[in-house]
Amino acid sequence: MLLRHTHTEILPREALTVNPAKTCQPVGAMYASLGIHNCLPHSHGSQGCCAYHRSALTRHYREPVMAATSSFTEGSSVFGGQANLIQAIDNIFTTYDPDIIAVHTTCLSETIGDDLYQITNKAVKEGKVPPGKHVFHANTPSYVGSHVTGFANMTKAMALYFSKSTGVHNGRFNIIPGYVEPSDMSEIKRLAREMGIRPILFPDTSDVLNGPQTGKYKMFPQGGTPLEDLVSTGDSMGTIALGPLASADAARALDGKWHVPCRVEDLPIGLSATDRFIDALRKAAGVSVPDSITRERGQLLDIITDMHQYFYQKKVALAGDPDHLIPLVEFLVQIDMMPIHIVTGTSGKAFEKQIQALTAHLPCKVNVKAGGDMFMLHQWIKNDPVDLLMANTYGKYMAKDDDIPFVRFGFPILDRVGHSYFPTTCYRGGMRLLEKILDVLLDRMDRDAPEERFELVM
Amino acid sequence: MSTTIKDPGTIKPADMDLPDPETIKKELLARYPAKVARKRSNQIIVNQKDEDGAFPEIGANVRTVPGIITQRGCSYAGCKGVILGPTRDIVNITHGPIGCGFYSWLTRRNQTRPPTEADDNFMTYCFSTDMQDKDIVFGGEKKLKAAIQEAYDIFKPKAISIFSTCPVGLIGDDVHAVAREMKEKLGINVFGFSCEGYRGVSQSAGHHIANNGIFTHVVGKNDTIKEADFKINLLGEYNIGGDGFEIDRILAECGISIVSTFSGNSTYDQFANAHTADLNTVMCHRSINYVADMMEIKYGIPWIKINFIGAAATAKSLRKIAQYFDDPKLSKKVEEVIEKEMPEIEMVRDEVKKRCGGKLAMLFVGGSRAHHYQELFKEIGMKTVSAGYEFAHRDDYEGREVIPGIKVDADSRNIEELSVEKDGEKYNPRKTEKEMDTLKTKGFEFKDYKGMMEDMEKGALIIDDVSQYETELLLKLYKPDIYCAGIKEKYAIQKSGIPMKQLHSYDSGGPYAGFRGAVNFYNEIDRMVNSKIWGYLKAPWQISPELSAKYGWE
Repeated sequence: MLLRHTHTEILPREALTVNPAKTCQPVGAMYASLGIHNCLPHSHGSQGCCAYHRSALTRHYREPVMAATSSFTEGSSVFGGQANLIQAIDNIFTTYDPDIIAVHTTCLSETIGDDLYQITNKAVKEGKVPPGKHVFHANTPSYVGSHVTGFANMTKAMALYFSKSTGVHNGRFNIIPGYVEPSDMSEIKRLAREMGIRPILFPDTSDVLNGPQTGKYKMFPQGGTPLEDLVSTGDSMGTIALGPLASADAARALDGKWHVPCRVEDLPIGLSATDRFIDALRKAAGVSVPDSITRERGQLLDIITDMHQYFYQKKVALAGDPDHLIPLVEFLVQIDMMPIHIVTGTSGKAFEKQIQALTAHLPCKVNVKAGGDMFMLHQWIKNDPVDLLMANTYGKYMAKDDDIPFVRFGFPILDRVGHSYFPTTCYRGGMRLLEKILDVLLDRMDRDAPEERFELVM
Repeated sequence: MSTTIKDPGTIKPADMDLPDPETIKKELLARYPAKVARKRSNQIIVNQKDEDGAFPEIGANVRTVPGIITQRGCSYAGCKGVILGPTRDIVNITHGPIGCGFYSWLTRRNQTRPPTEADDNFMTYCFSTDMQDKDIVFGGEKKLKAAIQEAYDIFKPKAISIFSTCPVGLIGDDVHAVAREMKEKLGINVFGFSCEGYRGVSQSAGHHIANNGIFTHVVGKNDTIKEADFKINLLGEYNIGGDGFEIDRILAECGISIVSTFSGNSTYDQFANAHTADLNTVMCHRSINYVADMMEIKYGIPWIKINFIGAAATAKSLRKIAQYFDDPKLSKKVEEVIEKEMPEIEMVRDEVKKRCGGKLAMLFVGGSRAHHYQELFKEIGMKTVSAGYEFAHRDDYEGREVIPGIKVDADSRNIEELSVEKDGEKYNPRKTEKEMDTLKTKGFEFKDYKGMMEDMEKGALIIDDVSQYETELLLKLYKPDIYCAGIKEKYAIQKSGIPMKQLHSYDSGGPYAGFRGAVNFYNEIDRMVNSKIWGYLKAPWQISPELSAKYGWE
């Protein structure tokens, strides 16, 4: 057994996290920064943070992930990281020539209390930031929240730093897509455009972290939210924030600063959450939904009605991030699956309440924990087995040990491709999710069927 | 897996004209701010001996320039990730916020094989105290103690270790005091590492901290003498992609017995028993040569440098071990094994050489791999035009004789140097001075490592701690056929149209050590440099974009 020390007996655990279902803020901040055009993320801390975050994102996307680091030594940890950061800013603009450096902090620089406003101002005064170029930062202490918090903090920081208001509407609509894949960001843009809306999507990692092989490497690829669009977010007609944890702060900051009205919706995962997203867009922008989108919705519904028998009353265990799990659980319940063990590493009581409300009608006990871990989830599974597990790649160890059909979902996915190219959000993403679920469930039926019951038509 | 067989006429001759290395060096430095250029200039060396036969001094194990985009990681990564990561039966608790533990969870491809289902294996688990802001403000020792207690109650391991992350050192949590207290309380070995990420200038500091800790807290705790002939320790082999398993296989066939491996496929008891071996063999000089030195001083175990990367190097290393034990039966067995293994290797090698001969390689990785893997490339006729380490020291480039002259700077000074003495009871010189001298007069070299420069051609460009910018320029200027580095570099290089082989994790491949490993590596490089896919980078309409004004086919 791969996880041979995981047993059914659940002993009390207050201090020890085992097999986390989250990671730390800075990686989310780095990911969000990559969604700005011509921007180099910068990690203000020890080298290892930057190396780890770049490695994690690179393994997940199989794409170049460039970022710089302040390379703290013991000396800078004692005397502060100002000299390192100013030197880094100079070297980055001289050597790599981005338009923007997006600095995020780490537990190290937060613990010693480096003042990033003061340091970046000093860099500007000393002429280390060339005219027309920008350095901004987000505070992302690793000991608060999770990678989702880091994404939220960086997204809020970019909105606050760049947005301006000219007093004249730009005729556009801000969409903050949440901590989703580049493929999802493309999909969200596509639907908005199909509705006749010109979205400013930020951050936008599409065409950054799913780039083509051309034989010519460009450190700053064609994607990413352009600087002028970020500036223009203060002139937009409104903001739709997808995923409360990842996106609401930025949307509210724009509202607070420039009175850009905002609406916070769940990530458009599954039928109803996508319905709410499309309907919110429709009402906010005053447009009608084209038939093409209604047809996509119908196709998703069609798969559900066609294959309902295979979903019905199947027990599911889930690990992931709150913004994803809430609409996912809603969707699974809608198609009559039974999500019975749900864990997120990110803390927050609201999550547990929402999941409990969504699953209240299920005829069985539902375990849910915010601030939990995969060891906990695995113990629940051992006590009450499931028909399906949906989690990031680390879930495969549980899936192999306990022979559970497994769909990779979330971050990181280190052992398969597809997530950067094919969305799991909106109607088509819902169709892809169902396809993946059905594939593993039906493969399992095929594998286990006695010969006389081995079906050609399913 | 398909490969195109190239017309032999198109293979570049091995002595083809390469760009002038001094000019390339100037190009690499031209864009940097003056201060950075001066610093990097000491770390970019054209390989050439002076009249006295000495190599130029390279700047190594020095601070990375902030903002330059480095390959390097941190001390924690070197300690918890590299050295203790491959040990299966110790519960390794990361004391810090969640990230460090998360990123070092199973990502290095260290393989392990517990003998039975009942044996402990914690390598698939990640343990962390997941420090929160209140722990940073009020201190994390209480939580750490509670975490150790819970780990003990739930998992009942034979040892628990604690790894400090950056904030731990800053807020002053004393992990060593906690370890002592919990060791006393639980009656199992509990030990801590002060491997905060800011210590030292790279992973190398963490290797040192880890090895010192194992040497202090574990080695020498179990005196059981293994019933076997020719007992050795294999130091600095981490069993990535199963390298260690292949080496184990070869040594077993030769009748050589491994007491402990530091630290591939290792266990607590192996470390505890390491002082009973009769020879230390050092694979990765960088990460562990000091442990070999300490074991010689304390326990009387001599050490030799060996290398199992490359078929010829493997054969040479086996012969060297046999020569040390000076037993005709062993020497005969070693020769038999080499004779049995070589025909298949030579067959594959010669076949692959037809397609790879004359091609160019670059290696920027590790503290020994950028040197050792040149052997494998050489065997298939490929030339290494430029190489360098990510975290090595001067001796890994210039050879061990420079060690006394290496300046100890502020960053190295804060890494503890253990002062070791002869162990009153356990010191036992494995060879008499006379025996040692006899071997030496026969040309046998103890604790000798000549470094990368000695084995590289004159005019090769040697670069320490290469930056992303330099990497991109090197690709343009040398146009290598393959580039070897790590995951962070991989896709920028491949997007430049050049195949890239990871030599930390081997992508998903391996083993590449030993005899079977050599065959795997030849085939892998053949697949990569001769893949058809690089011929499809342009779409037909990009190759001939002229429009012909026709609407149909005729």
